This record gives sequence, structure tokens and C-alpha cells, in this order.
Amino acid sequence: MRVRTESILPYSLLAPTLIFITLLIVVPIFQAFLLAFQTADGEFTLTQFEKMIADTSFADALKFTFLLLIFIVPAQVVLALVMALLIHTRFKGHTFFLYIYALPLAISDLAAGIVWLAIFTERGFLNSGLFQLGLLERPFLFLSYQNLPALFSTLIIAESWRATAIVMVILLAGLQVIPRDYFEAADVFGANTLKRTLFVVLPLLRPSLQNALIIRTIFAFQTFAVVLALAGRVIPVLTGEAYNWYALNRNANIAAAYSTLVLIFTVIATVVYFRLLRTSTAEAGFD
Amino acid sequence: MPSSRFILNRIFLYAVAIALAVWTLAPLYLIALAAFSTKEAVFQWPKLFLPTAFSTETMAFFVGSTGVLDSVKNSIIVALVTVVASLILGAPGGYALARFRFRGKDAIQLGFLISKMFPTAILSVPLAIAFLQMDLYDTLWGVALMHTAMALPFVIIVTAGIFVGVPRDLEEAAQTLGCNRLQAFWRVVMPLTIPGLAAAAIFTFVLSWNEVFAATILTLRNRTLPAQVLSGLSGSPLYYRYAGGFFMILPAVVFIFAIRKYLLNMWGNIVR
Amino acid sequence: MAGIQFQSIRKIFGKTLAANDVSLEIKDGEFMVLLGPSGCGKTTLLRCLAGLERVDGGRVLIGARDVTELAPRDRKIAMVFQSYAVFPHLTVFDNIAFGLQMQSRPRDEIKRRVEDGARLLELSDYLARYPAQLSGGQRQRVAVARAIVMQAAVLLMDEPLSNLDALLRLQMRAELKRLHQEIKATTIYVTHDQVEALSLGDRIAVMQNGRIVQCDAPMNIYDYPANKFVGGFIGTPPMNFLPGVVRVNEGKPIAAVGESHIAPSVALASALIEKNGQPILLGIRPENLALASAQHANTIRARVLVVEPLGSHKLLTVQVGAEISKVSVAPDQRVAPNDDVWLHFDPEKIRWMDAATGDAIHPG
Repeated sequence: MRVRTESILPYSLLAPTLIFITLLIVVPIFQAFLLAFQTADGEFTLTQFEKMIADTSFADALKFTFLLLIFIVPAQVVLALVMALLIHTRFKGHTFFLYIYALPLAISDLAAGIVWLAIFTERGFLNSGLFQLGLLERPFLFLSYQNLPALFSTLIIAESWRATAIVMVILLAGLQVIPRDYFEAADVFGANTLKRTLFVVLPLLRPSLQNALIIRTIFAFQTFAVVLALAGRVIPVLTGEAYNWYALNRNANIAAAYSTLVLIFTVIATVVYFRLLRTSTAEAGFD
Repeated sequence: MPSSRFILNRIFLYAVAIALAVWTLAPLYLIALAAFSTKEAVFQWPKLFLPTAFSTETMAFFVGSTGVLDSVKNSIIVALVTVVASLILGAPGGYALARFRFRGKDAIQLGFLISKMFPTAILSVPLAIAFLQMDLYDTLWGVALMHTAMALPFVIIVTAGIFVGVPRDLEEAAQTLGCNRLQAFWRVVMPLTIPGLAAAAIFTFVLSWNEVFAATILTLRNRTLPAQVLSGLSGSPLYYRYAGGFFMILPAVVFIFAIRKYLLNMWGNIVR
Repeated sequence: MAGIQFQSIRKIFGKTLAANDVSLEIKDGEFMVLLGPSGCGKTTLLRCLAGLERVDGGRVLIGARDVTELAPRDRKIAMVFQSYAVFPHLTVFDNIAFGLQMQSRPRDEIKRRVEDGARLLELSDYLARYPAQLSGGQRQRVAVARAIVMQAAVLLMDEPLSNLDALLRLQMRAELKRLHQEIKATTIYVTHDQVEALSLGDRIAVMQNGRIVQCDAPMNIYDYPANKFVGGFIGTPPMNFLPGVVRVNEGKPIAAVGESHIAPSVALASALIEKNGQPILLGIRPENLALASAQHANTIRARVLVVEPLGSHKLLTVQVGAEISKVSVAPDQRVAPNDDVWLHFDPEKIRWMDAATGDAIHPG
């Protein structure tokens, strides 16, 4: 019967994906909750969370995860905004620069960590350069536990270098949706570049900005390999602790407790951003 | 004659553009320099910024290390399986979202967006336990399954964007000219979407090729390249890490450059 | 052969009835135009015939065959889309050959038929090109050629000219008419352009809100619109409607419009007697109004507001009581704004309508 196949078609096309995602995403999440909140006998418990909180690294992991978030996300957004606005002026050769700026999209956080390791390590390129310029007499230990601010800064630099590309591409895609009339109208009214950026472009770009913020915030909670590559276990982060508890300590329950915490933060951040997004899209007149 | 203010403006613009390009490219140059030198050069002080000590020694050491070649092979297999599986599973769904109006469509779309947001960490631990019971632990199939699940929401949203780009009229015209739905898809929609789908495939490949956390948690001996490098991070010499880092970056950068024209569209779609 | 029957077609989109119990019979070889404003259901009806839309009720017959449940490809139709829907990845040749290739025709037959079709539409020089290398008008020809080489008994066209510029549209309109005379396929042509409909159709079905309100030969539709909607939709400028009241004096009905009286044609008189005291509308086309220097029978006082010389005629905007009307007069007629004039109504050309329903009053 043709009538029936027509109405069922979209569902049957989507079914494989829905089943797959249910089995490999939805079910595991519930299992993770069970791991985190259940005893071996299947009773509800908070012991795993108590153990997690009592863990010596927990407070630091929490602190550093949020510190990273607070520094990385704004740094990426500002840098990406400069890149996107620059490209959007469509100067001669702008596509060439766009492709260069977008290259780090391809780079994993592990690889990014290693790249900056080569630069910040004791006999790395940064120390070599500063020495050859006569600014340093002997290598500065950027990656030492004795110099936490410096070590922490290297993380911010490495992550900004890597993930700015994603934010830039999102913002540029957003910029392209804004009708060019807006830019020209601003010109006619004599707005200079800075004023135009602040009062015309940014408000119109708010939906894209907030999308970029959501994506980057979610992934900032998952920062892990870049930290491991540059700081080892000196700077613990939440996802890194989940990894350690599972891969090194073979304790799936506490690993699950850590991941659940990351999930909770992710959900909170998303809800908060969605709230902000909803009010602002109405203001900006975008759908 | 352009005014001097205009010229100053241009000079400033290009200066910023070039500075940002240097910021992006210099680290890539330096890791290449570090990856292609002698073992001694890695510890040389001070380091030189020109490829004076060019050598394939560290690269050869890395490639020759136990498990590295296998892990490269594993990474390629996992990524290919992921690409094929996620496109075969996801593209029809993307087509459904692009072409049909049906009950629950908004909810399903929102579901895909949300499932993109779940941290890899929370999925990997229970899956590792489940895979242990199903004999999928430490197999490439297990990793590929996980990567496919991670890539599917992305693939479905991106392919929906690609299919929306083909006017419905074209398919209907083909239908009036003697095609059934499937023939209309193969003869008209496919040829028009091949470039976009190829770009999505390459992007999926890079996602899988780069994925660290799940690959490390789900394997023990059958490591993918990132898992191999990560698990040996603290115990391996610097030159091994440099070579490993470069080795991971190179194909990904080449691929991304190959699909550069599609990046804006893909990310434009994914956040909408 | 390949006549078409719509039998009580119903099609619902969400809560709107796009086709509300539509029945229509089209003769073999006829050129039928479905005309109406956007959203009237004309395209839906066409798509139901093509099989691109599933009907919610009723049957569709092509020839003697019930095709209601058939897929588009099994209906032996060919269609020209509003957007042309020319395949961008195929050359002009392959576009035109597409349907024939789907039928697995022999290669030399395909080549011959494609070349014939291309010649008919003056595309012979462009067969190797891709659509992106063609102008809009040429792409439109490819779409038409692609449909006619199928030699289907039924040819469907969905606003095929609406994306062309005015001059090209005029040219293609004549060409489509010539084509139809040549190939004689039963043609259903959807348009919102009443001039196209008048010029092309053997018959026109005027649609409104999912129903066919009138189906007749073009000049009948023009001269005898079934209701106010049809009269107002067809003609540039549209029909004028003047409100009046029926009065019967000594057994003879007249319409009182202001202080003037207009008499009906003899045929209509008996039907109007029953409407004594009821409000009516007098529908009259601008060219059926004439200027008179003094009051005669069937004249009404009016004041000229605007005079537009349009070359072949002058178009006047006049005020009649509280109503605004358009009058078309000869180009040499001497008339100026603010002139007070008498409008003469040709009684044979007046369409009397019930003011409440808008429907034309027919001889009793």
C-alpha cells in the first residue's frame, strides 16, 4: 500500500540512526548513572561521590577545570572574532588567510599539546628563541610544577591556538548570514569601524556568538589530552581524573562519578546558555 | 588615487592578518622541524629555527617503535569503518530530515543536537564494561562503534543541510520522467551531493582519527594512534612524542585543507 | 484516448482544504488552463494529477485508466515545472534524453527524438552545454523539450512562464500555443496570469479556495463571469461593480443606481422580477461603458478623476456616487479630469449579480 509507505518512510530512514544512538549513547548514560549511584548490590548510594570528593585531586580538578573554562573561552572568542571580522572585510587574499586560520580544526587536543610541548619545554623553541635574542641567560621552566601560573598559561595558549578555529568558522558563518545592507547602512551613518563593530555587528552576531559559546563551554569541560601532554598530572582536570580512575586505578565507579559530574556541569551550562539565547534571539530579530 | 588614510588602513589590516597567520602556522612549522631532526638535535641548546639538522631519524624511530605502525593501521581501519557506517546509517536520516515533514521531527532534531553534547567520558566507561561482556573490548570494532555513535549526530545534521540544497523539484521531475524514488535519488540527488557528502566523510574521518579518550579507554593492546601516543606519553622520550604529534597532525591538516570550501557551510549548518 | 477526469478530488494540508471536492473533465487534446490566485489549489490539483501529491479523497482518471494510486512514472504524463527543474549535472542533451533513457529506448531512437525536440525548441546549438551556461529562457526551453520528447498523451505545466521577463514571456506564450497545435497532447496548464489563461486555453477553469468556480471557454469566462470573483480576477483592469437595488415598475424590473435607472436585457427580466427590492451588483467591463454628452436611457452621472492615455485607448478613472469605476474610451475621445459626464451602460453587456452571494443572476 503506497499510502502507508509514504508516511512511514521518514521514520524508517531515521530508524537505524535512532536505534544506534539509543544503544550507544542513551543506554550508556543510564549505565553511567548506575555505576555512579549504585552499590555492587544495586542499591542507591552516594559513597562513590563521597570517595570522589575526598580524593586529594578532586578540589584541584574542579578548580582547574573552571579556571581553564574562564580563561580559554573568552580568549578563543575574542581571537576568533578578530579573525572572523578581518576575513569578513573580504580584503584581497582573504580566502587564503581563512584557510590558514581554519587549519587547527584538524588538530586533536593531544597533538596540540605535543606541538606546544616542543615550544615550551626546557630546551624548546621558546627558550631557544629568547636566549638567542639575549633576553634569557638560561632556560625558563615553563612546565614545572614550581611555576603553576606559567604552566597554566601554556595550557591556555595551546587550547586557544587549537580551538579558536572552530569558533572563527562558526562566527564567520554567522557573519555571512547578516545582510550586507547592515554594514553599508552603518557606513552611511558615519559609524567608524569600532563603533560599527560594537553597535551593529556584535548585536546581530549574538546568536552565533552564543552558539559558539555553548559548543566551546561544553568542550572546555572535556579538556584533557592537552593538559596531560603539557602538565602531566601536575594540573588535574575532571575529565582527566575520570580517565585516570578508569585507565590507571581500574575503578569504573569513581570514573563514572567524575563523568556524571562533567555531564551535570554540561547540562547546567547548556540550559543557562539556552535561556540566554532564547531572549536574545527575540531581541535581535533572528529566528 | 587612494588616500593615504586608506593605504595606512590596508597596511594595518594586512599586518594583523599576517600576524594571525604566523600565530597559526609557526607552531606547525616548529613541530615539523622537531619531528624531522636527529635525536641529538631534540636536546640541542639553543635550538636553531632553520632546518639545518634535517633528518628522518626521529621520524624513523617513531615509525619503527613497537606498536606504532599497527596503531596507524588500526586508526585508519577504525576511521574508515566509522566513515562508512556513519554515512550509511546517517545519510538516510539526514535525507528524511531534509525532505519530509512528519510528527516528532523537531523533537528528533533536538535529540540529535543534545546527543552531540554528551561528554565522551560518560559514554566510554560504561561502554568499556559492556564491550568486555560482549567481547568487543580492545577490538577495532568496538572503537569504530563508539566513534560512529559520536559521529552520527554530526553526520545527520550535516547531510540534512546538504540534501536541503537540492531542490525538491529536481527529484519530482525525475519521478515524472520515469524514476521511482530510489532511482530519482541515485540519478539526481546523489550526483549533486557527492562533493558535499565527500566533505562530510572526510570530516568524519578526521573526527575519528583525532579521537583520544574513547579510543584509549576501549582498547588495551589494539591501540589507535592517538591512544598509542597518549598511553605512552609519560614514559616516552621527547622525540618520540614530537614525531607522534606531527604524524597525527599531517593527514588531518591535509584533509581539512582539501575540504576547506565546505567548512563554513558545515559549521554554519551544525549550529543552526 | 487520453481525456482526464477528476472525480470529487479532496486534498487537505493540515487544516486547509487545498482541493474541496473538485470534479473536472478534460477532453482528449484539449488545452485546459487552471487559473486562480496563489493558494487557490490549482497547483495542488495539478500535482494530484501528476501523482506528486496523494489525494485524500476522489479518483483521478487518465483515459479510461484509474491512476489514483499510481506513482508518477506509471501515469504516462510529462511535466514542466515552475522552477524548470533542469538537472544541473547533465548536459542539455542528457536532460532532454533523461526520460527516454529511463524507458531504455534504443540509442539511435533517443538521439533522433532528442534532436527533433531540440529543433522544435531551437536548442540544437546548445545540446552539449550545461544548464549553468544557459539563459533563463533557454533553461525553460530545455524543460519544455524534456517533457515533449516523452510524447506523453498528457502534458502538465506548472506556471512555466512565471520566471521569465515580460518580453520573453510574451514570446514563449505564442510558442507554447504553436507547440500545442503541433503535438496535440492533452495539456493542463496552471497559471495565476489571466492574460496567459485567455490567450492559451481552449477552456479555463477558474479556482478559488479549493473549488472550481467556473469552467468555460475564455471568451465566455470574460463576457459572462459566473460571479463577482471571476469578473474581478479576469480582465485588466477588472470588471466594475456598481451596487444598486431592483425595482419593479409596471411589471418591468430596473436597477436603481443612485438616481439613475438601468434596464436589464429582455432575457433577464423575468428572473429579476422575483428580486424586487433586493440589492444587486451591476458588473460591467470598462470597454462596455461609453461616455454620453447628455442623459439618455441607461446612463449614470459620473465625474472623471484621472485620464490615462495608453496609446490604443484612454483609461478613465471615474467616480459614480461613492464608487470608483474604470472606463475605457477611444484614444481621440476628448475628456479631462473634473469633467462631469454621463456613462452609458450597454444592457447586453451588463452582468447582474446577487449582492449577497456575488453570483450572477441567470435568465429564469
